[in-house]
Amino acid sequence: MHGTKAKDTTLLIVVAFMTMFAPFLLNPFPAGSELAQFNAGYPDLMQRFVIFGIFAIGFNILFGLTGYLSFGHAAFLGVGSYSAVWMFKLLSMNVIPAIVLSVVVAGLFALVIGFVSLRRSGIYFSILTLAFAQMSFNLAYSVLTPITNGETGLQLSLDDPRILDGGGPATSLPVTNLFGWEMRESTTIHAGAWSFDLSVGYYLSAIIMLACFYLSIRIFRSPFGMMLRAVKSNQQRMNYTGLNSRPYTLAAFVISGMYAGLAGGLLASMDPLAGAERMQWTASGEVVLMTILGGAGTLIGPVLGAGFIKYFENIFSKINEGVLHGWFAVMPDGIEDLLVAIVYPFVGKGWHLTLGLLFMLVVIFLPGGLVEGGQRMGRFAFRRRDRKAGPVESSAAEKRAASSKPAE
Amino acid sequence: MGILEVKNVSKRFGGLKALSDVNLSVRENTVHAIIGPNGAGKSTLLNCLIGKLIPDTGSVMFDGQSVLGRKPHEINQMGISRVFQTPEIFSDLTVFENVMIPCFAKRDGAFRMHAIGKTSGESDIIEQAERMLIDVNMQDKRHVQASSLSRGDKRRLEMAMCLSQQPKLLLLDEPTAGMARADTNNTIDLLKEIKAKRDITMAIIEHDMHVVFSLAERITVLAQGTPLVEETPENIKGHPKVREAYLGEAQV
Repeated sequence: MHGTKAKDTTLLIVVAFMTMFAPFLLNPFPAGSELAQFNAGYPDLMQRFVIFGIFAIGFNILFGLTGYLSFGHAAFLGVGSYSAVWMFKLLSMNVIPAIVLSVVVAGLFALVIGFVSLRRSGIYFSILTLAFAQMSFNLAYSVLTPITNGETGLQLSLDDPRILDGGGPATSLPVTNLFGWEMRESTTIHAGAWSFDLSVGYYLSAIIMLACFYLSIRIFRSPFGMMLRAVKSNQQRMNYTGLNSRPYTLAAFVISGMYAGLAGGLLASMDPLAGAERMQWTASGEVVLMTILGGAGTLIGPVLGAGFIKYFENIFSKINEGVLHGWFAVMPDGIEDLLVAIVYPFVGKGWHLTLGLLFMLVVIFLPGGLVEGGQRMGRFAFRRRDRKAGPVESSAAEKRAASSKPAE
Repeated sequence: MGILEVKNVSKRFGGLKALSDVNLSVRENTVHAIIGPNGAGKSTLLNCLIGKLIPDTGSVMFDGQSVLGRKPHEINQMGISRVFQTPEIFSDLTVFENVMIPCFAKRDGAFRMHAIGKTSGESDIIEQAERMLIDVNMQDKRHVQASSLSRGDKRRLEMAMCLSQQPKLLLLDEPTAGMARADTNNTIDLLKEIKAKRDITMAIIEHDMHVVFSLAERITVLAQGTPLVEETPENIKGHPKVREAYLGEAQV
């Protein structure tokens, strides 16, 4: 058991390092070079990485531990966003009250939906959550227009009351801030041909994500986390062991709903507008994809999955025909056109196709997601190195491989 | 007055009368076997005791309280644990975690939210679980994932899980089904040992007469949903009604 503790600490340190230095790590190519378009180190995208990371971490607490597959988690994300924007309109442009309210409202919302949906399990549970989310989406889109501003989306306006900031006659829209630090403020560091953006908004989101990640490690290793895994493993035995599985699943559902609300609140804090499309079923499906792609039930998997999908969505989709022609320019004309014609459907607007294929490959060959892929590669590398080292150490390598398997 | 009193229990499935007017009294601290041919209603009766099924008529009293209308986890918290015909364990969890869960259930009740503390920090639970694993002789397998155990070991694990709750009544549904002779004898020894070590009442459903006659102090014979006789093992062997139920012999 001490082994898992040390491993968790290492994992937390690695993730902390990666998020704190992400602006540098994600900008490996010099600005202005041909490869610069693969740089992901700009604030807007990095914020998405960590915010959707939070969303997926929360989703994993429900799906990864209890096995209950919710298809309606985007509803909580949307509710969080609306709550946050209302807080900006009514109270203050400070992000703290907005984030707190979004978590609370999403938690209450999850309590109601969870209470009803968790009466069923399996596919019926998934359908119920999907139905609730679509209901919320449609309400936000039409009936609740006074609250949600319908299809235009909820935005800030010049005549908002903002009790604490004292609205007043402003000439331009105010900016979200944390006690004076504006979220969109950023410093650019130039180092030779490279340039790196350090933004306040990103670092706030990243620190919150680290806190969420730490909390999820604690939940995974707690007696409560063990009970949630027991729900997934054998609910019948659990009930015949004197445990009531319903409050356990409801607690997990509410916690993951609060994570989603937090993510929604952060999205609104970075860019204060909220639209109904954030609640649509495609958004709910996306978080399912993230979690499964990264590795459901593992600690780091959902974060990897979120980063992977957001990178694809924002970077891969930018590769257009012109860029492809640039790549294959060395080829003779006919072959160049042929190659472009072959590759084109998979990039640019066709990025979904590549993602879909990747998803299929992962589900078929790596049921444990990208995390399992990483473990297999690690084991392969260890084995090869140890084989060279001689027979004595190879048994140690097997032991290491065996012990690394159940952990993540 | 027994610890478990079943009175006039009937249960129908559509047109099939699975149980009709069953009366059963299990005395405290005894091993009570329920035998009978296939389809006699033994498993239905057991399911009525643990809240999986609700009888159409009749009453089931445990320890002076009715169990009818209570949820399975509430009945379990009253002190009834059940070992299933195919072992029901948490197969994705390790052996040690499997035993820890019932220890938590015993200490904390049906639900307790301790989401921040570490499992490895609960020293009393760990100590209890460790003792239980030693009791069933599985301490060397504590970190093994439960799904990779042999069938015999799964059975032992399930028994350890039930015993960790210190139940007053342990229900065993064919504990030796599909076991080799050696494993069957091990199970008999294990059950005898359990019985010798603590105050516990056991009700066993079993096909293997070797098991029944080595353990039971009272035997109830069930046939077509009604109890035929309730007797001591010595008196049951040559009982004409039992012979008839099993062999279809005409009564002399």
